[in-house]
Amino acid sequence: MVDAAMVREFTDLLSENGVITDEVGLRSYECDGLTGFRQVPALVVLPRDAQEVAGAVRLCAKYGMPFVARGAGTGLSGGAMPVADGVVISLQKLRRILEIDVENRRAVLEPGVYNLEISKAAAPYGLYYAPDPSSQQVCTIGGNVAENSGGAHCLKYGFTTNHVLEMEVVLADGSVVTLGGPTGEQAGPDLRGLFIGSEGTLGVCTKVTVRLLQTPETVRTVLADFPSIEAAGDTVGDIVDAAIIPAAVEMMDSLAMEASEAATGAGLTVESPAALIIELDGPADEVEAEFEHLTAICERHGATRLHVPTEAEERQKVWKGRKAAFAAVGRISPDYIVQDGVVPRTRLAEVLTRIAEMGRDAGLRVANVFHAGDGNLHPLVLYSEAAGEHDVAEKLSTDIAELCVELGGSLSGEHGIGTDKACSMPAMFSEDDLGVMHRVRLAFDPDSRCNPGKLFPTPRLCGERPGKYQPHPLEEAGVIERL
Amino acid sequence: MTTHPTAGPHDYSGPPDFSSERGEKPAPERADLLSGDHGSFDDHHPPAQELLDDCVHCGFCLPTCPTYALWGEEMDSPRGRIYLMEMAEKGEIPLEGAFTTHIDRCLGCMACVTACPSGVQYDRLLEATRPQIERNVPRSRGDRLFREAIFALFPYKRRLRAASIGGALYQKLRPRSMDRLVAKLPSRLAAMESLLPPVRVRDAFARIPARTPAVFDPAHPERRGRVGLLTGCVQDVFFHPVNEATVRVLAAEGWDVIAPREQTCCGALGLHAGRETEAIARAKKLIATFERARVDTIATNVAGCGSSMKEYGELLADDPEWAERATAFAAKVRDISEVVDETLADPRARRHPLEAKVVYHDACHLGHAQKIRSEPRRVLRSIPGVELVELPEAEICCGSAGIYNMLQPEAAGELGRRKAGNIRGTGADVLVTANPGCLLQIRKYLEGELPMLHPIQLVDASIRGVRPPEMG
Repeated sequence: MVDAAMVREFTDLLSENGVITDEVGLRSYECDGLTGFRQVPALVVLPRDAQEVAGAVRLCAKYGMPFVARGAGTGLSGGAMPVADGVVISLQKLRRILEIDVENRRAVLEPGVYNLEISKAAAPYGLYYAPDPSSQQVCTIGGNVAENSGGAHCLKYGFTTNHVLEMEVVLADGSVVTLGGPTGEQAGPDLRGLFIGSEGTLGVCTKVTVRLLQTPETVRTVLADFPSIEAAGDTVGDIVDAAIIPAAVEMMDSLAMEASEAATGAGLTVESPAALIIELDGPADEVEAEFEHLTAICERHGATRLHVPTEAEERQKVWKGRKAAFAAVGRISPDYIVQDGVVPRTRLAEVLTRIAEMGRDAGLRVANVFHAGDGNLHPLVLYSEAAGEHDVAEKLSTDIAELCVELGGSLSGEHGIGTDKACSMPAMFSEDDLGVMHRVRLAFDPDSRCNPGKLFPTPRLCGERPGKYQPHPLEEAGVIERL
Repeated sequence: MTTHPTAGPHDYSGPPDFSSERGEKPAPERADLLSGDHGSFDDHHPPAQELLDDCVHCGFCLPTCPTYALWGEEMDSPRGRIYLMEMAEKGEIPLEGAFTTHIDRCLGCMACVTACPSGVQYDRLLEATRPQIERNVPRSRGDRLFREAIFALFPYKRRLRAASIGGALYQKLRPRSMDRLVAKLPSRLAAMESLLPPVRVRDAFARIPARTPAVFDPAHPERRGRVGLLTGCVQDVFFHPVNEATVRVLAAEGWDVIAPREQTCCGALGLHAGRETEAIARAKKLIATFERARVDTIATNVAGCGSSMKEYGELLADDPEWAERATAFAAKVRDISEVVDETLADPRARRHPLEAKVVYHDACHLGHAQKIRSEPRRVLRSIPGVELVELPEAEICCGSAGIYNMLQPEAAGELGRRKAGNIRGTGADVLVTANPGCLLQIRKYLEGELPMLHPIQLVDASIRGVRPPEMG
């Protein structure tokens, strides 16, 4: 537990402004983007640079406190949810872009830099940072590293792990190590790759060197409406079979389009059962030739409308329609859960049919937005907390994720396992698989103080799921208070 | 610089504006909210639960929130403040203490409303929350006196004029020894002191004519109509030339301009600080004044005033005698850039060239609160010779925010310096912005570095074929 001596040590290190101890402040950190899971931390600290992060981690070690590193708190799997009696280390004061190395096409960043800021800073040099999660204007590079985030363009360009060259990491005992190297080539085991996607369970990243790419010469985008989900799915299959690698292939169903259109007026056809947003980029001649081929494939599958934005502004509008979709669902439903799973691309139509059936059985609507090119689904389970539908929705959402595994896919494409899916891990991994992951984790963090309770199933967590916060009767009566 | 001709998602021209369709969301029925348990809030229009429920905690608001940009702390972000409102609504935390501190620190710039994909109406939430604090949270004696002093001065032209003479004398005669004294003032008073603009006594006492007829143009003998001009408080005393320019442009474009002598403060400063009763009284008085003037349009050149005048309908919704009159008034209110923009298709006054690299700063109450971004830009681009440049971090407030720079001088200072740095970086010849508060604030951090004007002053100069004296 927190005592005065400990708070004083943190304050000496980080100044008065860098330590939050009051109840109101602490409670505002009790959840991330997944609000159904909440836990008030014992302490929140806001270091200003890498040295202070290492100092704070050392103090946690000294007092045996578990800790969670937190970026913008936009995660959708509860990965940044605080640990009971633990410390939240917020990295929101580490937002400097330390270097844009134009010649070598690299950027050196502090972990709190917003994803979109990297591309903004690189734009004057004709460069950009490729991974673009829908939340790119707010999610941070540190969070992207923890979750191995993807985005609409990961079909062609890959995930965060394909773009991070080197990291400075503070381990649980406060030691500072460098993983990877500035050129991306390294002898020995790929510890860099191991760290990316470990969801904060191996340490805290304090500096990231990423690869920048040259902005493509040409970008062509088409928004295509289809008479059925199947027709859209088959189109994606044929595009891949034709050896075209689009920068992005996104699919939305009518419910998702309804929500997004209400929020953005992006010009989506709400009545259409499905739409694809397909983007090609690269050298002009290549893109033009492939684009013709691509539209022919869409037409062959009965596309009812092909909208090809010509102006950059129009194209951005289409993308706004796609990227705002999650948050926009708030306009058609009081509450919703964003699910994230992967199926082999060939089973897209099948999984969507099954999801629709499961939704009908549960009496809930499910909207679908997904990265169709690589089979990464984002079903959105719509429900009403006030109508008491939370538990049914939560179950439906979990069932959908486990369905993905059953069909030969994965529990998560890019949002992570976090708190939300830790208990589903055994559906995907054997006991031995999980055992080896656990031993790797202990090699980095022998006391399991880095983000405990996330990613790996634990008896405490999986025996009794925390669920949506509900006040204890004694709390309601004012007898006890939760800090 | 390499630009990408056909960029899609690689083209980064600022954050997306998700707020365009917001109007479709029905406002909650206020009458429904008069009963029930509202936790730590009283029963008079607490933040509506259904508005709180709109927030899904996605965090898209964080990067454009000025206080989050400064401190990176959750409870000083829009998402955090909404979370706090929700806790107060449930009665889990009191209004006094941390809750008030974090709500007080909000600039009310509404950048979060622009950024929100879920259509959260933070403006309404804040406007419901601030009066709750003013009614229910006792302020310290010093804080109370300082606030009272602000509201006893700024909404009154006569008092402002008196202060401006004092200020002009003070600025002229201020002995060197005063510097040391000023350095010792409490930070809030020092902030007030340093915001005082240099003002010519002649300008402070000049009056806008009650009626200025449209300039007769034989090619267009019919007038465009009667426009009533809100002359403003700070605007009229400290920025009188802006009002003069406004009248000249409107008249040159074929409007009869009516500036009722008896008009008083619109109440915006008070409304944005949670002083609801005072704001309501001022709104009624102004509505009655402009009803008597029988005008087709009510124009303002102050972003903050326009924003609150457009909300009179909601402010007076509970009052059966005034509700309809307030809605009718609000429907006539236009920012001067909207009025001039509408004339661009068929302009009457010729524009002369004015060679200048101009940077336009979006006042929050114009850009975020009224969604007026393209109109002033089109108006400026209609001046031959003007090269308009955009500001990095344009969506982030300059720190002025009504009376914020006096109440929270440290945060306002950091934001002011940040804005000044971004303006400096553009290498522009002149800065234009449509709010006197922004001009005062930015001037403080860019003193003498470049001229600062209201956009209408550039239009006026172009019509008259002169170079604004400020631009040398």
